[in-house]
Amino acid sequence: MVNITIDGQCIETEAGKTILQVAKENGIQIPTLCYHKDLSPTGNCRMCVVEVKGGRFLQAACVTQVWEGMEISTVSERVMKDRKLTLEFMLANHPLDCLTCDVGGECELQDLAYDYRVEVPSWGAKGTRYPVDSDPNPFVRVDFNKCILCRRCVQACAEIQVRDVWGVAKRGFEEQIVAGAGTTMLEARCESCGQCVAYCPTGALSNKMNYGTARAHQVKKVTTTCSYCGVGCQFDLLVKNDKVIGVSSNPDAPVNGMALCVKGRYGYDYIHHHDRLLKPRVRRYLLEGVKKERTGSPWDWVETEWDTALDIVAKKFKETRDATGADTLGFLTSAKCLNEENYLMNKLARQVIGTNNIDHCARL
Amino acid sequence: MSNSMDDVAKEAKCFLIIGSNTTEQHPVFGTMLRRAVRFRGAKLVVADPRKIDITEFATLHIRQRPGTDIPLINGLMYIILEKGWEDKAFVAERTENFDEFKATVMNYPPDKVAEITGIPVEKLYEAAEIIAMNSPMAVIWAMGITQHIVGVRNVMSLANLQMLLGNMGKPGSGVNPLRGQNNVQGACDMGGLPNVYPAYQPVTSDEAREKFAKAWGLDSGPMTVDGGTVRGLSSTVGLTVTEMMPGILEGKIKSLYVLGEDPVMSDPDTKHIRHALETLDFLVLQEIFPSETSVYADVLLPGVSFAEKTGTFTNTERRVQMVNKAIKPLGDARPDWWITAEIAKRTLFLLSSFDKDDKEEERRKINMDALWAKWDYRDTSEIMSEINALTPSYGGITHARLLKGERLQWPCPTTEHPGTPILHTKQFTRGKGKFMAIDHVPPAELPDDDYPMVMSTGRVLYHWHGGQMTRRAKGLMQVYGEALVELNPMDAERLGVNGKKLLRITSRRGSIVAEAWITDRVPPGMVYANFHFPAASANELTQAALDPVAKIPEYKVTAVKVELVKE
Ligand code: SF4
Ligand code: SF4
Repeated sequence: MVNITIDGQCIETEAGKTILQVAKENGIQIPTLCYHKDLSPTGNCRMCVVEVKGGRFLQAACVTQVWEGMEISTVSERVMKDRKLTLEFMLANHPLDCLTCDVGGECELQDLAYDYRVEVPSWGAKGTRYPVDSDPNPFVRVDFNKCILCRRCVQACAEIQVRDVWGVAKRGFEEQIVAGAGTTMLEARCESCGQCVAYCPTGALSNKMNYGTARAHQVKKVTTTCSYCGVGCQFDLLVKNDKVIGVSSNPDAPVNGMALCVKGRYGYDYIHHHDRLLKPRVRRYLLEGVKKERTGSPWDWVETEWDTALDIVAKKFKETRDATGADTLGFLTSAKCLNEENYLMNKLARQVIGTNNIDHCARL
Repeated sequence: MSNSMDDVAKEAKCFLIIGSNTTEQHPVFGTMLRRAVRFRGAKLVVADPRKIDITEFATLHIRQRPGTDIPLINGLMYIILEKGWEDKAFVAERTENFDEFKATVMNYPPDKVAEITGIPVEKLYEAAEIIAMNSPMAVIWAMGITQHIVGVRNVMSLANLQMLLGNMGKPGSGVNPLRGQNNVQGACDMGGLPNVYPAYQPVTSDEAREKFAKAWGLDSGPMTVDGGTVRGLSSTVGLTVTEMMPGILEGKIKSLYVLGEDPVMSDPDTKHIRHALETLDFLVLQEIFPSETSVYADVLLPGVSFAEKTGTFTNTERRVQMVNKAIKPLGDARPDWWITAEIAKRTLFLLSSFDKDDKEEERRKINMDALWAKWDYRDTSEIMSEINALTPSYGGITHARLLKGERLQWPCPTTEHPGTPILHTKQFTRGKGKFMAIDHVPPAELPDDDYPMVMSTGRVLYHWHGGQMTRRAKGLMQVYGEALVELNPMDAERLGVNGKKLLRITSRRGSIVAEAWITDRVPPGMVYANFHFPAASANELTQAALDPVAKIPEYKVTAVKVELVKE
């Protein structure tokens, strides 16, 4: 155990922890930008600097471990000035289009600029240094003008997805994030999982499919479970005007945390596809009470009300059961549907009809 | 899965992935395994004919010929026994039938196994050493193991291996089949199978039948009237999906109610399936899209997507999770549970009311006062209460608990029970684990002069099953917009396939034309095709050769011939 003080508060804690961890455990807020709890800390954005008594330089709280007798100030004048300067440097090279930026309202840079009352300096390179929407990936919108070089995307791809698509090229003012050796994301073997987007604190990486559809505060989030594979990832559906407009990671998801795959994160647009069946349909011969024929007008679809369609089904089930017995009816329930729905199919086959002819595509 | 994904990924010292293309089929679990290899130094042996993505992370990749998993696993166990690497205490205390099992394994010496599987002897030794020396080891598989005529025997072989190494009932070990569909586990748990009620209570057991008869308001006891299917619950095991389809052609099935499935795309031998569906008297299909199967439907009922309803799914590790309604059902579509309940109510009304020419004894008599006889559910939480009452392993899994954020894996018998992340910690369901003596049976259809190559089928990262959903997702189609057939460069050269070219793949049952993807992912002599696209679905070619027990079709081995389509 070691004893330290943070902003005058005496704290006993374990050696090996970082200043940021100890501060957090004790309810002391230190701002961060490149740091994320799921990723290994790099200390490169300098937002979390603190002053350690006796030290010549300010220390990055996310990577500096505590030692016995350490005296830390997280809010000294020097610290505040330094953080402001850091933000100014970032904003000096950042486009000023927060008004129309897609992530306005959920941008960590915007929040910090607000907290620290940082105005955009008159010097620096504003405007567009890089092409906007520069990558053809159908899901990820890339705008490196908004990149603050925190490298979270690099780490998310390397440490969560383990795919190593992103890297850093050049140095100094020219420093930039690149996919592979300066290729497109897909050429750099991107799997379009969107992890890098989920961890990007600004609008540098955003979602192409719902670009420009809603502000964060206009969206209702509904936590649910993915409808594709058996891993059972959870995420939030983003809803605006009774329409699903996107998916976002929910950090509390039991199986997957922030991680999702391309189908879970970006395979949602089938929900509102114009092919969706919106009304019951029956073949015309059923309505006209004529003999079944698989061609021509008797086989045409007719849209009906629910009562009509449901009564036809019930009548046909009864007819089959009366004519050839319960075991000539078959039920294919669904591995895509709810437990509750599968239970009801089992009950329908067994209780109502009296057959065990029920199965689903587990085998296929 | 006997263990949970997190446990396997965090605790296993070694993984054996056999017959699972984990990073494409269960992508997020795939990334957990990659992390374990990269950041924790876990060992990974991949046994797969194809050079799938996860092999990049493998300590060792061995490429058995399709359909030779049993000799491979027996061969590995031979080496383990030869070297004395088995967990002797576990074998002695927790298992039985070891001697008979060992006698069979001794028929699989490395030389012979190398010849059958095509894996060199040194690699067999290397693989055996890695999996035996790094304990706990978790076996992970999927359809690559089960979609064979020996699917069940393959699974038993893997259970043998894990018992031999003592890799059962402890963290980071176990037998871990990955379930494909989001709720295939739940569909099985809920009695969506021809031989069992919910929670695998057999329909042939008098006790189980009496329990459900009583709950659902039916006469208990054996049924007697007219062929025995009238009064109570049937004790005859029903037909599986792979039996129903041929059953239609034999006149055994006349009417079919299909909920959210697409047999034309997902069942073997498409031509045969189309023919069967055409023969039906009546097909009612409940779907969200006009699928390929809807062409044959008499009635098409619009269900809803997962975003439009509330209820639960159960994932591959037995974890029950909430699905929450985010938007109103589109148009006149209705939640699937509502539709099924309406059909049940109306059918029940007709079946139980008098018709002048009805025979009295043919009426379905249900005592509607019985506790769970009714069908007037207001929402799915009421259905869940009924499930809680009748399904012991789900006894304590209520919507209320899940909504409070509790994390529950079944078995969870009571509302106080915390759920069960790892199965078989103290003993197996049947007491002692029984070793099974398993011999090799070659695939049903092997390559010959007319059909000299082997085709295996499966899915790709960007699509899902019959593709009804993913073919309607714009971005996914942009990345992967048509069926590609994987072909080895050596075969490509032999066939004169160079660049973007079309292949005609023909089996004894049908033929498809699809673009070639020339890649060493497949070994020479093998092609790999998917069933996401109706224009070139691999199931036109597959056959309904079934595992005798599980009735799973042998999708992973079909004899085909491959030709270049001349322009
Ligand atoms: S989408 Fe996924 S794979 Fe692609 S670059 Fe981002 S994190 Fe990496
Ligand atoms: S997000 Fe991907 S890995 Fe997760 S459940 Fe959905 S399909 Fe499976």
